[in-house]
Amino acid sequence: MLRYILKRLLIMVITLWIIVTLTFVLMVSIPGSPFNSDQTSNETVQENLERHYNLDKPYHIQYLLYLKSIATLEFGPSIKQPNQTVNDLLGRSFPISFELGMVTIIVAVISGILLGIIAALRHNGIVDYLAMGVAVLGISIPNFILATLLIQQLAVNAEWFPVATWSSPAHMVLPVLALATGPMAIIARLTRSTMLEVLTQDYIKMARAKGLNPWKIIFKHALRNALMPVVTIMGTLLAGILTGTFVIEQIFAIPGMGKYFVESINHRDYPVIMGTTVFYSSFLIIMLFLVDIAYGILDPRIKVNKKEGE
Amino acid sequence: MKKNSNPRIRNSHRQVPDEWFTWRERDQSTAERLSRPSLSYWEDAWKRLVKNKLAMSGLFFLIGLVTMAIIGPILSPYDVHTNDLPNQYQPPSAEHWFGTDSHGRDVFTRTWYGARISLFVGLMAALIDVSIGIIYGGLSGYKGGRTDNIMMRIIEILYGLPYLLVVILLLVVLEPSLTTIIIALTVTGWVGMARIVRGQVLQIKNYEFVLASKSFGTKTPRIIRKNLLPNTMGPIIVQMTLTVPSAIFAEAFLSFIGLGIQSPYASWGVMASDSLGAILSGNWWTLFFPAFFISFTMFAFNVLGDGLQDALDPKLRK
Repeated sequence: MLRYILKRLLIMVITLWIIVTLTFVLMVSIPGSPFNSDQTSNETVQENLERHYNLDKPYHIQYLLYLKSIATLEFGPSIKQPNQTVNDLLGRSFPISFELGMVTIIVAVISGILLGIIAALRHNGIVDYLAMGVAVLGISIPNFILATLLIQQLAVNAEWFPVATWSSPAHMVLPVLALATGPMAIIARLTRSTMLEVLTQDYIKMARAKGLNPWKIIFKHALRNALMPVVTIMGTLLAGILTGTFVIEQIFAIPGMGKYFVESINHRDYPVIMGTTVFYSSFLIIMLFLVDIAYGILDPRIKVNKKEGE
Repeated sequence: MKKNSNPRIRNSHRQVPDEWFTWRERDQSTAERLSRPSLSYWEDAWKRLVKNKLAMSGLFFLIGLVTMAIIGPILSPYDVHTNDLPNQYQPPSAEHWFGTDSHGRDVFTRTWYGARISLFVGLMAALIDVSIGIIYGGLSGYKGGRTDNIMMRIIEILYGLPYLLVVILLLVVLEPSLTTIIIALTVTGWVGMARIVRGQVLQIKNYEFVLASKSFGTKTPRIIRKNLLPNTMGPIIVQMTLTVPSAIFAEAFLSFIGLGIQSPYASWGVMASDSLGAILSGNWWTLFFPAFFISFTMFAFNVLGDGLQDALDPKLRK
């Protein structure tokens, strides 16, 4: 197990290094200096600015400085918003995005699993078809379209929920709904198909024959095994939810990381783009690593120790 | 259940007298004939796909969409990019079937024009993914051993890179255009396909018919072409039908956050993004049509992919 963790850790570090290097190469390859805007047309000012941000040094020194700044979690200043560093932005916006993401995941996992179980128990019944119909629709409708539909119907027309921003639980309903529907649908479909498979197995028949409580059979015996594939795709779902926050935060005017990220893209604020990308990627890669480890621990059938022999 | 111990039942067949049985005429020429025509793998898969109504409706929708993407912009008298500001936000009517947008452009024309772009991006991304995936995965799976090990480590690292973030990074630096979007989408997009092909090849290369082929002295490229690839086609096609909608979604998403095709060019993502404000003021049609077609195209590809998955699975063959 330790060996497996170490191996995954090594891969994680290499992936992080690739992302950081890629961002650096791309940042350097952008034509012109980041200070080539109208306000700083004065040459001396520009030179001073470049010296201040180490842009006058050769590339390999810049690269090392960049690696150092990332290792110490200093992502540098924003170009377009004076007196703001990327760290300031992240520190302010990350908790909000994190909250949105976590609530979304919890909602998606619980409702997805429940929907999947119900569909599997009523296999080929009307409930099954209904649940799977909802699931296919949920996968098909992009979250930014769902979000606008929700705003128009439930916020503007019906006035049940606030249109935008992020301050009370009522504000959370629509963004979370828009963001959670896709992952929920994927989880529901997966849970259904694995549940169907598990329910036909001998040990479930055995449990039924023993006269165990049907709910106990479902939740204790069947679901436990049916959930393993759901754990496997958690990493992918996390990535989807994370990129989903870019547009959802934009649409609902939630002051989270995604909103700043998209704004920085539109303003071509390169340090912010690069800083947030590195931050996002590291966050995701670390989450993927944790999911992998969790999977190794949770599923007794995976003999992670076997890898030692190879 | 235990073996039948009741002697009356156990011996009951002895009580059936022999004269109850007669010899039937036996025609040697038909004895070996198969009662139904033998179906090739593809014929059988097609037959099963046709029976799947949902998948077929998806297929018909896509055929209709491709047709309209080709002829739609020609049918309409309006130009895709020309602004007609006096006629902005016209509701759907006989002149403008899908209404007009904030610049007075005909939404009907733009929708089909957007279909061209979305379908082109989706299909190109899928084709490139498949080509790279087959070569990489096929080589890795067939060679095995050390080569496979190294190639898989590379894939493992690439797989860990967050797909859309890499795409966003590339697009921030590259000039936004159709080509750069397709390049950005395929830079890490082929990894999933390569994994699937490798898994299939690993499994199939140990089957007896490949061994037989080898013992006849068939050369490696021919084995890959004739023995391995046809048998991996099922999962590859299924993966392709799922790649196309994810590429279409990615394009719409990128256009939406301002990194994809740029306005005035019409793609469904651009149209949806442009009309965000419009729906709050009641001009629902500017959002409805692109949104409807993005969602239905994804839906059609998804149900078609599901149907193909069942149809192409040899285990489900009857």
